Amino acid sequence: MRRVVVTGLGMVTPLGNGVEGTWEQLARGVSGIRAIDRFQVDDLPARIGGQIPTEADHPYRFDPDAVAAAKDRRRMDEFIVYGLAAAIEAIEDSGWKPEAEEDRERTGVIIGSGIGGLPNIAEASKIMEASGPRKISPFFIPSSLINLVSGHVSIRYGFQGPNHAVVTACSTGAHAIGDASRIIKYGDADVMVAGGAEAALCRLGIAGFAAARALSTSYNDAPTTGSRPWDKGRDGFVMGEGAGVLVLEEYEHAKKRGAKIYAEVLGYGMSGDAYHITAPAEDGNGGFRAMRNALRDAKLDVSAVDYVNAHGTSTPLGDEIELGAVKRLFGDHAYKLSMSSTKSAIGHLLGAAGAVEAIFSIKALNTGICPPTLNLNDPSEGCDIDLVPLKAKERSVKIALSNSFGFGGTNASLVLGAV
Amino acid sequence: MSNVAERVKKIVVEHLGVEADKVTDTASFIDDLGADSLDTVELVMAFEEEFSVEIPDDAAEKILTVKDAIEFIEKANG
Repeated sequence: MRRVVVTGLGMVTPLGNGVEGTWEQLARGVSGIRAIDRFQVDDLPARIGGQIPTEADHPYRFDPDAVAAAKDRRRMDEFIVYGLAAAIEAIEDSGWKPEAEEDRERTGVIIGSGIGGLPNIAEASKIMEASGPRKISPFFIPSSLINLVSGHVSIRYGFQGPNHAVVTACSTGAHAIGDASRIIKYGDADVMVAGGAEAALCRLGIAGFAAARALSTSYNDAPTTGSRPWDKGRDGFVMGEGAGVLVLEEYEHAKKRGAKIYAEVLGYGMSGDAYHITAPAEDGNGGFRAMRNALRDAKLDVSAVDYVNAHGTSTPLGDEIELGAVKRLFGDHAYKLSMSSTKSAIGHLLGAAGAVEAIFSIKALNTGICPPTLNLNDPSEGCDIDLVPLKAKERSVKIALSNSFGFGGTNASLVLGAV
Repeated sequence: MSNVAERVKKIVVEHLGVEADKVTDTASFIDDLGADSLDTVELVMAFEEEFSVEIPDDAAEKILTVKDAIEFIEKANG
């Protein structure tokens, strides 16, 4: 069986541009949640978010000009810019720059998004209403389509292998990584650039998730405290934006070219809740089976897992249901592992979350640091395992599991291991 | 250079991100200035906006160079 390893990492998050800057702050317990100042929020019930920092004095400022020229960015809604930025970082990091036609044909891309170009769709709809169809930009469709992150990455680097995109709401990033690893295992490609990108942080996005009663609305005056997984005071998720991209590679291929190897994708598990369009199944059955299937795929016993990066969105229902599923699956070992939600620091990156969180899990493997669950001051009843409250924890992490669950009852778990 | 020509060239420079000295009268949007078919649609929309003219699709298809654009607009506004 072909083995799949990770040889490149890239991300743009509310903590800033790049993996190192994000991780350094995450491990220190810095929050990237702030009062939204990019668009009008006074009539919105949720006014905080994980907005990508672009201000000049931010230590890890995101500079869109470094990704693509302004004229080219007219062809891209923001999620494409973030996805391309994360892909560039990951590809540069991996050192994989194939020149030969055959190598390019063996390199593919699978970067998804939960929602795609929502700000752009909202804007174009206004233009249509006000000025009619002749004023719609020829770039409107290609700048909104979800698979255009994969498209732009392939065009920029000449990667002519499988070109795909996942759309499974908040499980997108995890599914993309899992599916990419299967594409490599099956032999359709040797290298896959995989991940998720999201930029739905706009008036319509906030209004829509708020209408579904999914967002935190009680902490508008104290933004950094709004995302508080498992805490009694939690009242919904805080929306973030950004992207996470990994370079996945067949193990012998990576070894042969002397690539640095961050981790191995050991297992991938999927499931469907078959329950409700937005609410998780009350018994946590979907998450339970995704985790079980991932560990089965990895041929590992539950006792092997040291760290779980939880889905943990800070919603009243979801956090405890996930924890219940973890306790049921892991039994006594649930009290020996550490589990945290990094959404406490960066909010919920929706389709990018699974990819960004897989990278955090890999950083935990590489550094022996489990990132904290911020704002977990007063855990709900029964939240009695190590949820890494407030401060990062140092421990040996050889195997990590990362969970992602999405609207529609779509679940994915990844098992990652040190090589 | 006429006022129309100056304004057309300014739009081309802004939209295609090219150096001003490359935007000569005879420059072809696609062959010389690196535009693709979507860029040319957007350029025509920008000309319509700037000069308050309507450029029908069959006329737009014939606007291939900077000069084509200037002539169409001068005629339409003349």
